[in-house]
Amino acid sequence: MTEKSETAARTAETPVLETRGLCKSFEALRASRDISLDLRPGEIHAIIGPNGAGKSTLIGQICGTLKPDAGSVHLLGQDVTHQAARLRARAGLGRTFQISSLAMEDTVLQNAVLGALGASGRSWRFWGDALRDRRLVETAEEALVRVGLQDSARHRTAELSHGQRRQLEVAVALTLRPKALVMDEPMAGMGAEGSRLLTGFLDQLRQEAPILLVEHDMDAVFSLADRISVLVYGEVIATGSVDEIRANAAVREAYLGDEA
Amino acid sequence: MSLILLIEQVLNGLQFGIMLFLMAAGLTLIFGVMGLINLAHGSLYMIGAFCAAAVAGATGSFLLGLIAALAGAAIAGALVEIVVIRRLYRKDHLDQVLATFALILIFSEGTRWIFGSFPLFLNVPDYLSGPVTLPGGIQYPLYRLALIVVGLVVGLGLYLLISKTRLGVQIRAGENDREMIAALGIDIARLYTIVFALGAALAGFAGALVGAIQSVQVGMGEPVLILAFVVIVIGGIGSIKGALIGALLVGLTDTLGGIYLPEAMKLFLDPATATAIGSSLASMAIYVLMAAVLILRPAGLFGARA
Amino acid sequence: MIRETHVNALTLALLVAIPLWAVIADEPFTITLMTRAAVFAIAAVGLNIALGLGGLVSLGHAVFFGLGGYAMGILAHHAQTYTALSEWPVLIEGTKSMPVIWLTAIAVSSLAALVIGILSLRTAGVYFIMITLAFGQMFFFFAISWSEYGGEDGLSIYVRNGFPGLNTLDPIQFYGLCLALLCLVLVFAWRLAKSPFGLALNAARQAPVRVETVGLDPTRLRLVAFVLSGAIAGLAGALFADLNRFVSPVMFSWQTSGEIMVFVILGGVGRLFGPVVGALVFVALEHWLGGLSDFWHIYLGLLLLLIVLFGRGGLIGMVCGREAVHD
Repeated sequence: MTEKSETAARTAETPVLETRGLCKSFEALRASRDISLDLRPGEIHAIIGPNGAGKSTLIGQICGTLKPDAGSVHLLGQDVTHQAARLRARAGLGRTFQISSLAMEDTVLQNAVLGALGASGRSWRFWGDALRDRRLVETAEEALVRVGLQDSARHRTAELSHGQRRQLEVAVALTLRPKALVMDEPMAGMGAEGSRLLTGFLDQLRQEAPILLVEHDMDAVFSLADRISVLVYGEVIATGSVDEIRANAAVREAYLGDEA
Repeated sequence: MSLILLIEQVLNGLQFGIMLFLMAAGLTLIFGVMGLINLAHGSLYMIGAFCAAAVAGATGSFLLGLIAALAGAAIAGALVEIVVIRRLYRKDHLDQVLATFALILIFSEGTRWIFGSFPLFLNVPDYLSGPVTLPGGIQYPLYRLALIVVGLVVGLGLYLLISKTRLGVQIRAGENDREMIAALGIDIARLYTIVFALGAALAGFAGALVGAIQSVQVGMGEPVLILAFVVIVIGGIGSIKGALIGALLVGLTDTLGGIYLPEAMKLFLDPATATAIGSSLASMAIYVLMAAVLILRPAGLFGARA
Repeated sequence: MIRETHVNALTLALLVAIPLWAVIADEPFTITLMTRAAVFAIAAVGLNIALGLGGLVSLGHAVFFGLGGYAMGILAHHAQTYTALSEWPVLIEGTKSMPVIWLTAIAVSSLAALVIGILSLRTAGVYFIMITLAFGQMFFFFAISWSEYGGEDGLSIYVRNGFPGLNTLDPIQFYGLCLALLCLVLVFAWRLAKSPFGLALNAARQAPVRVETVGLDPTRLRLVAFVLSGAIAGLAGALFADLNRFVSPVMFSWQTSGEIMVFVILGGVGRLFGPVVGALVFVALEHWLGGLSDFWHIYLGLLLLLIVLFGRGGLIGMVCGREAVHD
């Protein structure tokens, strides 16, 4: 235990995930302007901002589906700017999507096994039954239990409710045993009860893997986040603790407005 | 190899390319606006040729034949769109491929049933037959020259239609955003039928024009269709300009490759082997061109990102 | 609704029973038809790996079918004319041995699938369809202009090639061989679909971004599927050429590609026995409708249209309904 906390203390210096001066334009639109932010061990770093602020563009660059025009992305101290998305995933970057991206015809378990498969590097086996591979299935089931989907394991994913699909998204990300998580609006479209459960779950999850959280649900953000960055017109106008952000005049003006 | 032969072959390549353009323009338009891959486009080419041959044979007028080709293919296109094709827009590409493959079977066998298996002949009219002397003393068939001119005129007409008319505005709107055309209050079903019929008419027109220098027979459309696909892959889907450039590239590559590759081989090999290997290579030249474009620009020369 | 496994069992039973009946009733032509269906089924099972599992709409599988055919044609041609295939840099002689021919067919078609796959998979969607179709045409014209091996006329083989311990000239024995290979290929396709690779490929068809997010490369998965698929179609091509003792550029034609796809769709895309049922029904229609009318393709076309427009899931889908979720 003491050993663990020592390591934690030491690694607290080096961020798990970091962007330095990311810039990205789409023709005339500057979607990211010199974005530098980091994600430290054990924290939830929320990114908020109005629609069109460039949140998805930022996530795309962090996860490797978009190439930045300038700047760099670092994962566990390694420069991954020029690595493909799948290599970043291999290196420990888990991701959930705003719009569920799952194999809808497959079962819930199959989707989770896919995650375990990616992490295990056993996708070039042409013979054995994937669902009888002990290690794959155990990893998958464990992740499903953690998000509370164990009873739906054999259901077709298309049959799941919207909220359950979000849970499955998280479960698939967990099967990778990620070192950092990027979550794009995990609460979107969830009922109050679902949001509450997921909030509680993410609260614990941060110890295992710090989370970069893009979220519209302000209650969730304010109750979960250790730090918040505010993105407006592709620019980070403020980063700080919940209280600092609440108090920040520029943020209130640009974004929170009357809400705060 | 003389200069005269080279010029002759370049003209042949242009003529072939321009005819391919007429096919490819319709295909790329239909794909751009409706998102449909139409394998039966070759059948419309065939229908145009048969209409022209039948009408020209009966009336003795080549011009009436051409009009019949345009009208016949357009009507067939509109009918097919209304009966079958419009049910395919929302389906995936696999369903589109299969349904239009089925249409090929139906059209080909139907034509064989009506006209029999023997090829028909469509004669070049007297006023367009015979050679013409070009500057520099080159003798070149007048009809082929006319094809180049007519093709270019049709291409220009198409350009004007799309850039200057109301229909063109609607077509361009449809290419960019389907919801936008609905918002503009355009009758989408009618627009789609018109675009499909327009593409069909272009194909039928090409079929009739080419029918006069080749025989008019069942199955004539598919090889041209596949070449038109190569053209679109090279030019980029949805781009009329890409279709034109791609078509000319394919036409020239095919024609010049057929002549010069065997000759080039003779530099290294004995004549018989050179001719054999050269002509084999020539038959592959356009596909090598396509592969090269794919490696350099996967979305084609003028395509949006794939 | 009938369960899919029952349909599969019934199909297998027919594949055994009909030829046995034909032997007893002395109807060798029926055996030939069944052999034709079995060989088509092998090609279609191959395509189904790319199409059903991988979602790759390949209209160029005639390339692999044709290469398999020409592998047999060329090897057997050299064996029957006692000429060497190549004398330099190594001496390669022809052969009349089926196993050697099959392996050659598989090797050559895999290689072609690898090259075509690498090029075609740079794109997706309609481009992929057009490009595979174009490559098919390239091989077609190449075969036509390759006069050394018969050009447009193709190559004839005097005697069917041999298989150790069997008399392949006897229709039922050759059929047995083809049926055994079909079963082998079916077992492979079945295991493949359940395997980790199959799971990943299946997911790559439905949600490629997801597959990438878990650290896998969808394009590489598709490429391997395309190669496996091409290899099996190549094997089928070698058998088809042996069945007819003849190979010609027609095997490379776009119609052949279309027909292989029709087998898959007729039976049911992505279903294990879909291609088998499709091939059987196709051969049956070809025989009966072809006997009734010279223009049977019209009926085939109409049937296809009906299936595409109204009956998603092919014949098996119509009988069994949507595929149930199995663990």
